[in-house]
Amino acid sequence: MQEYGWGAICAAFFTQFWPVWLALIITYAVSIRYKRKLGLYGKLFDSTIGMIGFGIVMFWVFTAIFADMIITHGTLEQVSQMKNKSPGTVMPDGASWYILGGDHLGRDVFSRMVMGSRVVIEIAPMATVFAFMVGITLGLPAGYYSGKLDTILSFLANLILAFPVILLFYLLVTPEMVETGLPQYMAVVLFLFPLIFLSVLLNSRYYVRPNLRNIMIAAVLVIGGWAYLALVSEPDTRVAVLPEAFDFIALPGNILIVFVSVVFVNAPTVYRIIRGLVLDIKTRDYVAAAQTRGEGPWYIMLWEILPNARGPLIVDFCLRIGYTTILLGTLGFFGLGLSPESPDWGSTINAGRKLMSIAPHPAIVPALALMSLVLGLNLLADGLREESLRD
Amino acid sequence: MLTFLLRRLFTMVLTALCLTFVVFYLTNLPPNLEKVAKSEAGARITDTEVESWLAKHGYAQPVLVRYGEWLGVVPGWTGTSDSGKATGRCVDAYPDAQTPPRFCGVLQGYWGFSTVFKENVGGIIITRLGLTGILMFWVMVLMVPAALIIGVLAGMREGSKLDRTLSTVSIASTATPEYVSGVILIVVFASSLVGLKWFKGTATSAMDGITFENFFLPVLTIALYGIGYIARMTRASMTEVMTAQYIRTARLKGVSFTNVVMKHALRNALIAPFTVIMLQFPWLLNGVVITETLFNYKGFGWTLVSAAGNNDIQLLLGCSVVAVVVVLVTQLISDVGYVFLNPRIRIS
Repeated sequence: MQEYGWGAICAAFFTQFWPVWLALIITYAVSIRYKRKLGLYGKLFDSTIGMIGFGIVMFWVFTAIFADMIITHGTLEQVSQMKNKSPGTVMPDGASWYILGGDHLGRDVFSRMVMGSRVVIEIAPMATVFAFMVGITLGLPAGYYSGKLDTILSFLANLILAFPVILLFYLLVTPEMVETGLPQYMAVVLFLFPLIFLSVLLNSRYYVRPNLRNIMIAAVLVIGGWAYLALVSEPDTRVAVLPEAFDFIALPGNILIVFVSVVFVNAPTVYRIIRGLVLDIKTRDYVAAAQTRGEGPWYIMLWEILPNARGPLIVDFCLRIGYTTILLGTLGFFGLGLSPESPDWGSTINAGRKLMSIAPHPAIVPALALMSLVLGLNLLADGLREESLRD
Repeated sequence: MLTFLLRRLFTMVLTALCLTFVVFYLTNLPPNLEKVAKSEAGARITDTEVESWLAKHGYAQPVLVRYGEWLGVVPGWTGTSDSGKATGRCVDAYPDAQTPPRFCGVLQGYWGFSTVFKENVGGIIITRLGLTGILMFWVMVLMVPAALIIGVLAGMREGSKLDRTLSTVSIASTATPEYVSGVILIVVFASSLVGLKWFKGTATSAMDGITFENFFLPVLTIALYGIGYIARMTRASMTEVMTAQYIRTARLKGVSFTNVVMKHALRNALIAPFTVIMLQFPWLLNGVVITETLFNYKGFGWTLVSAAGNNDIQLLLGCSVVAVVVVLVTQLISDVGYVFLNPRIRIS
């Protein structure tokens, strides 16, 4: 057994990702075959930039899904002889390699990078969805009714936007803050918005068919409400409303706080975008037609205005996931929230940067990973924008 | 115009008050105060001792009263120490004065006392802001012209090869946060792995004397993230201007392409980027915090991080005030400047 050279490192790196390549090939083959039937998603495959971006994003999504098959070592396995070893070093027992070297504790940089994608892919899109729910639920009435409501909500949004993000994180994401239970109270409020959104969405459409509506809203409230309570409540903290037996989502306090603060930072921007779009769209003829038909305000907002604002919103959604990824990295970089052992990219960059002059690889690998994911999302957004402008 | 300005100023002051109160509240939560008491009076003191320490040092009053004291609109707390000497917020503030003033807060120029640096917060912030100011100046010198040139070049012929290349470059640069580009730049230009070693990986020595070698990497790190964004805005505004009627007229009159771009298009195309550049300041603030931490340059951002990490309440409050004011003032300037630059907008 001998050390890998750069060529062997590349080859090992490439083969290790085989499930991802397979999944990517299948996705592309199916998508390109049926692209005419797939709407905006299919049109993405007409633009080179969009295709490249989509490929990079899906690479990381598949990596997160198949992470267990890709990694070569456990993310917390420490082998003291492998401390700061360069890429391609053989393990002391001679049986395997550290493809991208070892970090300052002798852990495998490659496996940690792969597992780190899981943290991002789990949190970033979900947090963005929540931010959109909050932004939409507040932005629609603010733009539609204007007046006092708009003034108050916009003032609050500007208040949060005037906060430097890092300062906000430093104030919110601290152990003392977790102790006071404030993030959980924020979660209580913020996580309520998806429920409100879905109920209002269904009610405004199906209120003419009360039976169907009652069933649908009951289903949303029971399932969503349970998920909501399970997410928010955590035994032995300030908010422990649900008995442990029913609490099927165990979210550790530090993950919850990271999630909540990322949603909190993103929501005002989404609110502003939605409000601007509504102000523009509400002067259109089809809105006036719906008003004349006697439709309720929420029906108009959710079923007339919102679908017509989807183009810019989808593009912004992609960009915002990228931005959320950057924010998560920032949190990790300052050692806030996530535990220092967590393999997420921000924390690994933070741990690696201290020894950069001796061993740069533990920091540069997650840095490049994070950069490629955000770049992929930006390219995807660019492709989507181009294609949605074309109709 | 005057009413517009006054209304904006009023909103600004209100926002600043709300934000500083939020920061004040969040930094003065019971667990934080307990930590302060324990770090000042010993880690092993009991809960009752903590409470009496807090009461003796003016922390027992309601949050609003203490916020007023800190702001300087409520008289500072007073009391007597165990040895019978008069104590109080204003006694700490002006230890040499015979009779301390009744009010001593931010409005009177007293920003509190840093428990970590053992110095007045006002003094620390001014020195640190000076260091950050130098950094920001060079960032602006590098970022603004580079971004505008890239944006104008990309936008003058939409869809050309040059446009595609430059647009991709700007997307890539917006996709690279400071902590990624900083790490990459250090590895490429300052580590033994690549072996170039053109620059230094830290900017600690730049605090005494700035050289190209120790200051270029931090400046480039901050500038890179902003360049992409400003360039894209400039490009968008440039492509819009280039399709305008008067540009076509100028071209048909026979004015050369260079002249059209330089004399006709440029001025109108630069209105939108102006706003964007001003609104970049809050983002630059983020970049400054990350970059100063990464390069160990002890400016304002570094101070903010160390104040937050060490539970240095007064210093953190001071830093937040500065940060919030910077953000609000740039917002105001960008609004007012936009109105001045764009004759089509008139505010009644």
